[in-house]
Amino acid sequence: MFDWLQYLADQLVYRLLGLDAESHLGQALNFFFYDVVKVLILLLGISLLMGVVHLFFPIGRIRDFLRRRKLYGAEFLMASLLGAVTPFCSCSSVPLFVGFVRGGIPLGITLSFLITSPLVNEVALALFLSSFGWKVTLIYGGSGVIVGTLGGMVLSRFRLEGWLEPWVQQLKIQPPGEADTPSEPLADRLRGVWAEALAVVKKVWLYVVIGIGIGAAMHGYVPDDFFAQYLSADRWWTVPLAVVLAVPLYANAAAIVPVIQVFVQKGMALGTALAFMMSTVGLSTPEGILLKKVMSLRLILLYFGVVAFMIILLGFFFNWLL
Amino acid sequence: MKSVKILGPGCPKCKRMEALVREYAAKTGLELDIEKVEDMERIMQYDILRTPALVVDGEVKLSGVVPTENQLKEAIG
Repeated sequence: MFDWLQYLADQLVYRLLGLDAESHLGQALNFFFYDVVKVLILLLGISLLMGVVHLFFPIGRIRDFLRRRKLYGAEFLMASLLGAVTPFCSCSSVPLFVGFVRGGIPLGITLSFLITSPLVNEVALALFLSSFGWKVTLIYGGSGVIVGTLGGMVLSRFRLEGWLEPWVQQLKIQPPGEADTPSEPLADRLRGVWAEALAVVKKVWLYVVIGIGIGAAMHGYVPDDFFAQYLSADRWWTVPLAVVLAVPLYANAAAIVPVIQVFVQKGMALGTALAFMMSTVGLSTPEGILLKKVMSLRLILLYFGVVAFMIILLGFFFNWLL
Repeated sequence: MKSVKILGPGCPKCKRMEALVREYAAKTGLELDIEKVEDMERIMQYDILRTPALVVDGEVKLSGVVPTENQLKEAIG
């Protein structure tokens, strides 16, 4: 699918710039150019796709769906799946959370949605697709949905309602309304989808360039199997370590996948890599701070703890499986 | 005078919406009472799921979008 791009990269680096195709610098530059363009194309494509999905399933309709249907246990999975296909913006997480709770959706189901929404997002998917191919991307997406589903189920076992901030508890449950129903013509809304997708690309392109730059540099210079000694699957403690280290890295999620890709090529276990990525986007410090406005510290710690635990289990599972 | 509130905790999109509303007011010469609401408790008095949101005379007109000029025209008048 991207043969034409490889051809362009070869022409640019080896012909136009006249670099030797066998040299470290030539290979690194070629890899850099090819990867940056590929990721940006995929990112735009996935953002557009999610935008169109969101057009037909706006968040208000998702809320109504979740509160009207009795799904006999499948509601956690449903909430998690819907969270996966909803474009995520961290500053909307609080209104979303409060809006769901006020809509009468049980807290555990709301949390399933809230866990998966950032975990499976357009940036992570585009970068995984570019770096690891569609199989690993599917594994990543599926794992995100599982973490959200199980996380919400486990959390619903606690009596969480009392752990919300008092003003949230006092909000009255509202009857289904017409919130968020768009009224503009389809052409305008499609234009909006395009603008949103472009905005996503604009927001992260620099991180992508930095990440791929670091990845390209390492690609040519770090010896093969370098990480196999330290980060292979038989070292179980690398999984929890990866999860903890990733928590403060949120802002640079777009920069991390290309670097992780090189780690994996040079011997890091894939389960550890997946756990690291999930933790970067799923357990973000800024989101924790935002959620503090509606949840008690105890609930936030429990929420992060349960999600971290699920991610660690998945990391172990994939290290054992693959 | 119409009361226009921009609801948003301070994300880039929310700031963008405020700037666009002020531009729109300056361009059309409408006298508007514009307020940016950043306090989450006050924001959630309105039934919205995504920020930024635009409230005109107490009614939610837009939410979760950076508005186009047409959308502002329809929402504010």
